[in-house]
Amino acid sequence: MQAVPTRPWEKEKSVRRRSTATLLLGALISCAIVLFTGFAGPDGWAVVLFTLAAVFTFVKGRKLQAKERKNAKAHLFILAAAIVAFTPWISIFISVAFKGIKGVRLNFFTSDMRTTTPDDFMNMGGAAHAIIGSFIMVLIATVITLPLGILSGVYVTEVRGRFSGVVRFVIQSMSGVPSIVAGLFVYTTFVDASGTFSALAGSFALGILMLPTVARTSEEVLKLVPDDLRSAGYALGARQWRSTLMIVLPTVRSGLITAGILGVARVIGETAPLLLTALSNTSFVFNPIKGPIGSLPMYIFGMLQIGTENSINRAWTGSFVLLLLVFGLFSLARFIAGKDKR
Amino acid sequence: MTIAPPIKREMHVVHSRGDKVFRGIVTAGALTSLVLLGMIGAFLFARGVEVFSTSGFKFLTGSNWQAGSEDGLIPNDFSIGPMLVGTVIVSIIALMFAVPMSMAGALYLEFYAPPKARRILVGLLDLAAAIPSLIFGLWGVQVFTSFGERWSYFLADRLGWFPLFSTISDNFGRSPFVAGCVLASLVIPITTSVAREVYSRTPRELVDTCYALGGTKWGAIRTVVIPFGKSGVVGGAMLGLGRALGETIAVYLLLNINFRYTFRILESEGGNVASLIATKFGEATPDELKALVAAGFVLFVLTLTVNMVASAIVTRSTKAARA
Repeated sequence: MQAVPTRPWEKEKSVRRRSTATLLLGALISCAIVLFTGFAGPDGWAVVLFTLAAVFTFVKGRKLQAKERKNAKAHLFILAAAIVAFTPWISIFISVAFKGIKGVRLNFFTSDMRTTTPDDFMNMGGAAHAIIGSFIMVLIATVITLPLGILSGVYVTEVRGRFSGVVRFVIQSMSGVPSIVAGLFVYTTFVDASGTFSALAGSFALGILMLPTVARTSEEVLKLVPDDLRSAGYALGARQWRSTLMIVLPTVRSGLITAGILGVARVIGETAPLLLTALSNTSFVFNPIKGPIGSLPMYIFGMLQIGTENSINRAWTGSFVLLLLVFGLFSLARFIAGKDKR
Repeated sequence: MTIAPPIKREMHVVHSRGDKVFRGIVTAGALTSLVLLGMIGAFLFARGVEVFSTSGFKFLTGSNWQAGSEDGLIPNDFSIGPMLVGTVIVSIIALMFAVPMSMAGALYLEFYAPPKARRILVGLLDLAAAIPSLIFGLWGVQVFTSFGERWSYFLADRLGWFPLFSTISDNFGRSPFVAGCVLASLVIPITTSVAREVYSRTPRELVDTCYALGGTKWGAIRTVVIPFGKSGVVGGAMLGLGRALGETIAVYLLLNINFRYTFRILESEGGNVASLIATKFGEATPDELKALVAAGFVLFVLTLTVNMVASAIVTRSTKAARA
């Protein structure tokens, strides 16, 4: 007779069915309580359900050993707290998706707000100027930051110079520079000197915020290069610069691209520094060195500040696009990094 | 006869000219970040020093923000006392919610969640840590505020005798409490992923030993996992604190700024350095701008300190975990 593998640690079907039924019953009862008493809304419902579950656990726990009782209570509290912890961002995903998708139309990606007031219907005007502005600024920021970030990664892993510890520490602390401070810094130096808000100023501020991410990621990636490869390079008679440029860096090319993408994802939604450096604009701007320029975050921010029904809808749609961009960048980074491992 | 172990040969490195150039370029690139950080501090200080020297210590403690008139009849008077206190209050509220919740969230993900749900939730958590704070602000204004106001009303109604929850007016929106809750939601993904990372490094044998001795899951968590991850969680909380202290746009959208020391967290007034800068920046007089830069410098020093401490703690705890 063939032995059937069992899973003794799993709960039996009848037990699982019974606990699901209990949970459903509890949910229904708390629904009823919420409907017929003073409690209101989903939060009231959650509180009632939690209270019911607590009472249930305590009553049931009287029959158990002390440590089992504690275990059951701990399970309940951890589960409840975890649900509370996960609710906000899941709520954000859901509300951005549902409120934002309504305004996704072609004109949102093709027109600007030159001739449209924020309160006009959603089939007029769009955020194309903002998307392009964001793109310009992020592009300049990447062009400046990516080489610097990779250089500091190379310094820590290849050159291994005297300042390795210092560089790493500085980069770590730089990641904590508040975004508004980065904006303020660029304002007091660059904007003041050039006398105008500009995309370039915005890019500098974004670059300051981007650098730590790029540097740290490229360092992590470069650390993964086996020393054998470096030694092999030296054994072939290559100098350090050749072995770094022709062996080490090409090995982790996709990792370095990932570093850049993560940096972009980090700053594409930054608003505070742009408030002080690039400001916003309602029409297309292509000149990066002169004049305020629109960006997606500033578009959302401005629309939210105006506060009429359609402008808020525009803000949600902008957020939807922004969030899609961030997640798209993340998936891209993961896809490229995953390819590297094989 | 024993064979002596081979002696490690001493490496003697001579860098060629090409290597010297290469190393020079790389070093210069790496030191740019150092210079940049120094420059941020130096420039902000240089621009703000005038305010520090005229106001002195009062800049940090006073509670008046007044831009003087051009003819000098109304003098400049700038100080950020309530803003500093408000920043700390909002951050503490955020951390008080965020730290226990994210510990529980991390424990749930590591020890309770079914494998499938775990994989999905961990993936979503990584994405959540990348949500721009602007979107947290939008969500806070449009979705959360109605809940926050209801809870505030409840707290003020039932626990109004407690000084923190006492209220004068019936206006509960844009209060430190609401802003703190939204900041907590913003910090939770960060602290949760740090905590999860640390908890997942708990040696499996120790946990299994607990079970083998007849311990329950909670027993194992209480005696092994939580003590093991303590310093990592503290470091993660400090990182969250750094984020909360410097957060601008979400707080700007969710908090009314008022230059008065207040500890009534449910009332719709409070203070925050970062959102002060964002608020006053637009129509600031030249002197006011200097004061804003000085405030930025204070914020910079504050967050830098917190972050340095945090990164030191995290580095030490991950090193200890690896050893």
